[in-house]
Amino acid sequence: MEYPKELKYQKTDEWVKVEGGIATIGISDYAQDSLSDVVFVEFEVETGDTVKVGATLATIESVKAAAEVVFPVSGTIIEVNEKLPGTPETLNTEPYGKGWLCKVKLSKPEELDSLLDAKAYEAYCQDR
Amino acid sequence: MTEPTVFELSSPGRQGVKFPDSDVPKTSLPKGFVRKELALPEMSEIDVVRHFTHLSSMNYSIDTGLYPLGSCTMKYNPKINEVTARLPGFAFSHPRQPEDTIQGNLYLMYALQEYLKEISGFAGVTLAPSAGAQGEFTGTLIIRKYHEDRGDSKRTRMLIPDSAHGTNPATSAMTGFEVVPLPSDERGNVDLDALRQLADDRLAGLMLTNPNTLGLFDEHVLEVVRIVHEAGGLVYGDGANLNALLGIVRPGDLGFDVMHFNLHKTFSTPHGGGGPGSGPVAVSQKLLDFLPDPLVVEVQPAEGDDPALYGFVRPAKTIGRLKAFHGQFGMHIRAYTYIRMHGAPGLRDIAEKAVLNANYMMQKIKQAYHLPYDRVCMHEFVVEGFWKDVPDIHALDIAKRLMDYKFHPPTNYFPLNVHEALMIEPTETESIESMDAYIDAMLKIAKEAREEPQLLHDAPHNTPVGRCDELKAAKNLMFCCYPLNELQKK
Amino acid sequence: MFTPHTEKDVEAMLKSIGAKSVEELFKVVPAKHRFPELDLPPAASEMEIMGELQELADANGTTQNMLCFLGAGAYDHYTPAAVDMLLRRSEFYTAYTPYQPEISQGTLQTIFEYQSMLSHLTGMDIMNASHYDGATACAEAVILANEQFRGKRKQFLVSRAVNPQYREVMRTYMQGFPEIKIVGDEPETGIDADMQKLIAQIDSNTALVLVQYPDFFGRIIDYTPLVEAAHAQGALVAVAVNPTALGILTPPGEIGADIVVGEGQPLGLPLSYGGPYLGMFGVKEPLLRKISGRLVGETTDVRGQRAFVLTLTAREQHIRREKASSNICSNQGLMTTCAAIYLSLLGKTGFAKVSDLCYQKAHYAQKELTSIKGFKPMFAETPFFHEFVVKCPGDVEDLLEHLEDYEILGGYDLGKDYPELKGCLMVAVTEKMSKDSIDYFKASIEEVSHD
Repeated sequence: MEYPKELKYQKTDEWVKVEGGIATIGISDYAQDSLSDVVFVEFEVETGDTVKVGATLATIESVKAAAEVVFPVSGTIIEVNEKLPGTPETLNTEPYGKGWLCKVKLSKPEELDSLLDAKAYEAYCQDR
Repeated sequence: MTEPTVFELSSPGRQGVKFPDSDVPKTSLPKGFVRKELALPEMSEIDVVRHFTHLSSMNYSIDTGLYPLGSCTMKYNPKINEVTARLPGFAFSHPRQPEDTIQGNLYLMYALQEYLKEISGFAGVTLAPSAGAQGEFTGTLIIRKYHEDRGDSKRTRMLIPDSAHGTNPATSAMTGFEVVPLPSDERGNVDLDALRQLADDRLAGLMLTNPNTLGLFDEHVLEVVRIVHEAGGLVYGDGANLNALLGIVRPGDLGFDVMHFNLHKTFSTPHGGGGPGSGPVAVSQKLLDFLPDPLVVEVQPAEGDDPALYGFVRPAKTIGRLKAFHGQFGMHIRAYTYIRMHGAPGLRDIAEKAVLNANYMMQKIKQAYHLPYDRVCMHEFVVEGFWKDVPDIHALDIAKRLMDYKFHPPTNYFPLNVHEALMIEPTETESIESMDAYIDAMLKIAKEAREEPQLLHDAPHNTPVGRCDELKAAKNLMFCCYPLNELQKK
Repeated sequence: MFTPHTEKDVEAMLKSIGAKSVEELFKVVPAKHRFPELDLPPAASEMEIMGELQELADANGTTQNMLCFLGAGAYDHYTPAAVDMLLRRSEFYTAYTPYQPEISQGTLQTIFEYQSMLSHLTGMDIMNASHYDGATACAEAVILANEQFRGKRKQFLVSRAVNPQYREVMRTYMQGFPEIKIVGDEPETGIDADMQKLIAQIDSNTALVLVQYPDFFGRIIDYTPLVEAAHAQGALVAVAVNPTALGILTPPGEIGADIVVGEGQPLGLPLSYGGPYLGMFGVKEPLLRKISGRLVGETTDVRGQRAFVLTLTAREQHIRREKASSNICSNQGLMTTCAAIYLSLLGKTGFAKVSDLCYQKAHYAQKELTSIKGFKPMFAETPFFHEFVVKCPGDVEDLLEHLEDYEILGGYDLGKDYPELKGCLMVAVTEKMSKDSIDYFKASIEEVSHD
């Protein structure tokens, strides 16, 4: 199980990478492993939408499960990974790379402080 | 072993059942509306009969063997039910016939309503809902309308235990309620502290399955009901597990306000490969007016030699109609037959033997499988399909290996609050020999898990097909036989 | 009655459990409510119950001993003997939902074949493994459309010419969401075949337009303009069908329907006083992920054989729970099997023939009845399939009561549901009806009307 150090995480298994006020969001290795083979991804938002923490980003379906990805931060969506719905398996193979979900321009950077760092998230996952 | 599809068995020009030519003057078909192509199968009758006979032989069924599916109550389906349901006087009655021409049907429905009221301890029963899930929906709609009628619009939350069947939260969401999960305590009961915290003026109700999906009767059920009532909410009883309670206790007496029955579980109507079911709903006095439309009532009492007359009414504050016509009548006939053949002592015998059987199996199986809640169970119990010393074996592997022993696996991965759950419900119609054979298989598999785990991983070996590629099914999305799927692409 | 336990068995089992009596196992039940005395009739043996039910059944008039011209949502068709014979195979009817595909290929392949035949019949891409009936299938269409637009569109239009029971059920299902408006079936919008007044109500707030084909009055209507108008506004179109009609009529899928629903009872299911019936539900591919109910897909097994499995189960209640769009669990299972067998037995030639026979005989009946003095055709300019409406000179209920004495179920009194159609009788004719029976029907009406 991988927990890249430079990312921040939520207990609901999303990761965030921040570069210059823009947050890239995806789901963690733990999440894709629990879901197993993803067959379907549907975005609930579009480029340009304003979103709040906790809003639904996307719905993911695997053979045996369904899950909702929720926003760990608030802001405006500047890009959605258009390639993903056509290749849902990327969420399994590259959850931290090509399997990114969307990019958000942060409106409340202070929200990042409530997120977990890699070590804390890993510890949380071990105990589940 | 595979069977060709009806299309692969077709040959152009073949026909099965033939109909006589028209005996009336010809009218031409409406221009512009005539279909160009009708690509249905072309098979002779013998080929159709052989085809479906072959298919049936690839199914496991109650008549084949034990089906210990927890919360499904796969009891023996009496053959007499199939005869009575097919009596021409019932089978050929049209749902729109005037009431005076089908008093036989109306009497049967009325009597069944009365029997179900008596069995459950409620004031009124509707036979309209088509299945348990629709019964649940009826109940939650009644709860919603009850509060609305009192002018209480704050009550938007429905509490649902974490062990609940998936239909409970789905139904509540369909009704517009906010679903609030309720944890269980370490003995498998509803966590009373958690309940007290949530019992406020936003509480519409609690959906409780008792005994729950762990097979456990809530040790504080009266207190649970009291807390909800005190907060102004109503208690809904999911009757899927009623098999343990027939003649033992009536949910109405315990204070439940509304509940549903699953005729295809407790009352022996057959599962049919996924349905049809039937989900009648019982309500307390204060909810009578909200029952769905239509309801069978006695419109004229018996007088001297004249029998009573029955008819349909629309309850005063009805939640409305749930389906066309009056319910799964074919299932009503079967349930009526079943209840009449048992009477009160017979019904109690069902519950007693169902619970006896489950406890018997539980005591033996727990010798090899971890039992998370070690207390007397009702009609079903849950064990873990997982051992720490062989972590590669999962409930799924155990389930698949059972098929090699010619048994249907128990319910697996449910309820959600047990890891690698295996939910086992023998029902009262299984003999000690039948259960011993199953227990024996379970114990053998526990041994194989340590000594020959590959047998479990590769299972099943002796079934018509082996493990199926579900990922491929979800990716390829093929829902139609060839050549129809090709035709569609055009 | 069906418990096999001997006294010895019970003794051995109690010993194994470590309990002294069976009652002991129920200690947990609150004492004051335990072991109630149920007031039920004494147990009847199989022989006795058979007699009792025979008596009840004999108390009924049925389509076996009466001529049935009654339709209005359920139809008296002939079911070939092989259908019920095959349905009586207990491997079909005592089987459970096919969650374990390795031992349920019979059920799974049967459903797959049903899906194939029905999707072709209706012109849709995917049919599910059933809903409860035609009415609830319509309600599920509303739920689907609501999900599709994420709750942003609040108007759901339904034609007044749709079965009144279906419309009522749609409203029952959505009562938890008062912001959703199901409209379009008011008397003012009317029942004109051109659908103009309904079309005029379609706007950008419309999620769904639902119509029936043939409609409740049996009329065959060209919905192409309605479909165009709906799609121009981005709204979905659902068509409720009678499957028999699709033996000869253009399927709704071909004119652009997004959703097809309907009642599958005509496909070999007995009338059985209204249930169990068969809800048909199908969609075009873009709506696949939103469809509720079970779906069977084709795949292969580890041995490389073709196999069938339940698929896209992540949509369903047991996985999605409160996020599921529908709570449906048990569906109409065995009725799906019935329809698959019926369609296979009749096949391409037989099904088209039955459809045509219904059409021919209904048209003969319509000409005969409307030649009776005082009986006029309604909707004369619009083609119909196997059900038609006749304006009667007097009270319809009276007429029907009198016809009962002639052992005839004369049809449906439309005035019960449509004030604007008071005095109108709706007559259905199927392939079962011989010319002689239709002539007898006409003669009986003539006799009754002259009294």
